[in-house]
Amino acid sequence: MNPYEPVIGLEIHVQLGTRTKMFCGCELTFGEPPNTRTCPVCLGLPGALPVVNARAIHFGLMTGMAVGSELAPRSVFHRKNYFYPDLPKGYQISQYDEPLCLGGRLGDVRIHRVHLEEDAAKLVHVGASGRIDSSSSSVVDFNRGGTPLVEIVTEPDLRSGEQAREWLTLLRTTLRQLGVSDVNMEEGSLRCDANISVRPEGTTELGVKTELKNMNSFRFLERGIRAEVARQIELLERGGEVVQETLHYDPRSERITSMRSKEEAHDYRYFPEPDLVPVRIEQTMLDEAHAAMPELPADRAARLEREHGLTEASAKQLAFRAELGDFFEEGLRGDGDVPAQPLANWVTGELVARIGDSDPGDSRIEPGALAALVGMLEDREVNQGGARQVLDRLVAEGGEPRAIVKSEGLGAIGGEDELSGVIDAALAANADAAAKIQGGNEKPMGAILGYVMRETKGRADGGEVTRLVREKLGV
Amino acid sequence: MSTDPVRLTAAQAVEALGRGDLSAAELFAAYRERAAADELNAFTWVAEEAPAAQDGPLHGIPIAVKDLFCTTGVPSQSGSKILEGYRPPYTATVVENLEQAGTTLLGKTNQDEFAMGSSNENSAFGPVLNPWDRGRVPGGSSGGSAAAVAAGLAPWAIATDTGGSIRQPAALCGIVGMKPTYGAVSRYGMIAFASSLDQAGPLTRDVTDAALLLGHMVSADPRDSTSIGLPEEIALPTAQRLDGIRLGVPEELSGEAEGIEPGVMEAFERTLRVAEELGASVETMRLPHAEHGLSAYYVLAPAEASSNLARYDGVRYGLRANGHDLVSLYTRTRHDGFGPEVKRRIMLGTYALSSGYYDAYYGRAQKVRTKIADDFRAAFERFDFVVTPTAPTVAFGLGTKVHDPLAMYLNDYCTVPMSLAGTPAISIPNGLAEGLPTGFQIAGPAFSENAILEAAHALEGAIGFDGSTALSRGGMPSTPSERGAGRPAGL
Repeated sequence: MNPYEPVIGLEIHVQLGTRTKMFCGCELTFGEPPNTRTCPVCLGLPGALPVVNARAIHFGLMTGMAVGSELAPRSVFHRKNYFYPDLPKGYQISQYDEPLCLGGRLGDVRIHRVHLEEDAAKLVHVGASGRIDSSSSSVVDFNRGGTPLVEIVTEPDLRSGEQAREWLTLLRTTLRQLGVSDVNMEEGSLRCDANISVRPEGTTELGVKTELKNMNSFRFLERGIRAEVARQIELLERGGEVVQETLHYDPRSERITSMRSKEEAHDYRYFPEPDLVPVRIEQTMLDEAHAAMPELPADRAARLEREHGLTEASAKQLAFRAELGDFFEEGLRGDGDVPAQPLANWVTGELVARIGDSDPGDSRIEPGALAALVGMLEDREVNQGGARQVLDRLVAEGGEPRAIVKSEGLGAIGGEDELSGVIDAALAANADAAAKIQGGNEKPMGAILGYVMRETKGRADGGEVTRLVREKLGV
Repeated sequence: MSTDPVRLTAAQAVEALGRGDLSAAELFAAYRERAAADELNAFTWVAEEAPAAQDGPLHGIPIAVKDLFCTTGVPSQSGSKILEGYRPPYTATVVENLEQAGTTLLGKTNQDEFAMGSSNENSAFGPVLNPWDRGRVPGGSSGGSAAAVAAGLAPWAIATDTGGSIRQPAALCGIVGMKPTYGAVSRYGMIAFASSLDQAGPLTRDVTDAALLLGHMVSADPRDSTSIGLPEEIALPTAQRLDGIRLGVPEELSGEAEGIEPGVMEAFERTLRVAEELGASVETMRLPHAEHGLSAYYVLAPAEASSNLARYDGVRYGLRANGHDLVSLYTRTRHDGFGPEVKRRIMLGTYALSSGYYDAYYGRAQKVRTKIADDFRAAFERFDFVVTPTAPTVAFGLGTKVHDPLAMYLNDYCTVPMSLAGTPAISIPNGLAEGLPTGFQIAGPAFSENAILEAAHALEGAIGFDGSTALSRGGMPSTPSERGAGRPAGL
């Protein structure tokens, strides 16, 4: 048994999908040539002044509403001071003790705060590897500098890398649903750092934490946390101590290296940004943000449970991958008679097994076709095995399930009239098995079923066969 | 033409141009000749020729602009070596406003580096000389602007005031200088010293010119979130009397016990009697926290400056020293580029914001600032204006205080409280002491610019100050043999 409990909190940075930057009128970059989306403000030229992007505030409020934060009536921007070539002013305009949103919860995780800030510029290290340690010089592309970021900080409520990954997926879906960002981890519009500590199981005091930086995919987040938890536990078991430090996870080697220790930590000398006035959140801004709120994953899950009687697990699976939820609901609309839970099971089970992480909209299958197939299955017009074959065809080629069943001869053989003769033959051919079943041992039922399936080319309904066997043997 | 055009105030020049007595080209040429032959080191750059003037109420009136205002393609270094060779790609809003009103850029004027100083001795371009006595300082940080206007090298100038940088040099050079309400004028394009205190304003030969110039500077600028403009337009003042006006004289900011020189106090008291003769009442009052203003200011302004000046790192513009790695590039650039006073304030400010010291310094200074603003609010319920001597002394000798920062800081003792409160104040010539100009400061509540200008106009008429001494001594060589002895102004 593992005597240690990991305690994990996340700090997530999300680039907002506004038209222009956080504090100037430059349009956001989509891969333009370097340093073409710049102005005196985002280059930090002498005398230039920032002006807050109202759209970013709007998106920030929507984000806060989505996680149930308290929205501050007055919020203040601070300067976070440190020197680095990607920071042209020598400070980042961020928020400190008066953030836009405080508290909240998403899923099982409490939110500490949500605030707005500006992104740094992009450093490009000249050299083959693109890494700073093997590069003789670096150049700066200021196109990205000043892009609006929303920073979301969680409470330390996560307990594993896997849970962190799952929760971050929920956050991504929520933000996508809000339309505030394209939230793409590989392209850097979603970035995640993790604060990690471990403590003896059953204790409440927090251990010394480390900060694991910039894991740039969901997979690396899970692996990085797992590796760091393992490192800390191993360290403690050998009688060592965890040191507060900032760490870098290299996904290729799976190695964790120290970036800086507590002693080397910056003193950011936060103070209120004197070039900006405090942001006052007017009722109209709240009304506008409220009006722009779509249905969020957590609400959708609750509604799916309520309206369609789905299990909690199914409802969450559908709601947290919005495209699956959309596919499910459209299928239901197309065929009002199809029972919801079996359709949900087929979407989250059989369909996902075939399409993986991709959008069902990118495959050939229509929502109505899956609903019709599930309907046929419920009506015993096709059995499980047949339906799986039909789904293979639907995903690959599209089409109408009833037509496929017919053309492929996959229709279920279900009635007593059709099955009776085959079952009699099966019992005759497996007399030993029949006797055992009659004696109360159901184990040999498989042999009887196998015979019937062979004879019917898999089209028989297994449940019906079992029922008829019992009936004939008087069990 | 009977009068030498440089003897006209700007308002008079506007009239002369309107009547056709004078052409814009003649006016520009007259000033350009004087500015180019400047021996006071007032200019850091002088225009080769008149830029095309736009149509507007100030059409064809030349203007001198403090170095720290960004002007497209024109050197703008804020008096610092670290911005050596820097020519901005954009123009400050206030300069744009004045160009739209029709003024023509005559030149950029010398200043203390990043506006940090009270004597204009902290400039990478060297010190500016006072036109009344070239052995003395012109005050600072806007010493170049003030000296240029007093000496008739420019009809008027714009400058900035953070703790007294317009008002104190105006006093020491015998001209008018006004710091408007914080937010009246856009800071966009002003190379920052301390963002929450910096405010642009006019330096002029008389109160009418101050009103005329300020009126065209003011705007609520969408590029500066802290700018709000003024609720009413600036009117040209006409008042001759001060009937019913209540003047408060704060104990904390007047009197020899507060370090005000006897000659300066005499001149101040003389003007109080003039005010009474004009119908004003004069009463001693208290601004209980004003005496802590200087201490609070020297925490807050350096704190902001330490952050504002972080961008000068040698990476993108200005001076770059060679370094073998990033940190040495930073440290050598900043070592070579900043002067000692700037370094001192960066260190002070960095310390004041440091973890563990923030509350004791920055936090406490903010509280004092609030108290001082409250003092003024309370005072303006009983008084129309608070009046003080502008500076505690007359112009002092070059080099006499430059190695004693504390003595230098005391120059701003009477001007800093209004800066902290964000309220407007003007300095007008107050008569001479020891043959040198002194200033009379009139401070009013936020947005009371028009009222201040009216009161200043009435007093100016009654004081009858004669600034022609500096004008005729000028910044020009007085005899042909002296010609060429001075430093050419960046040509």
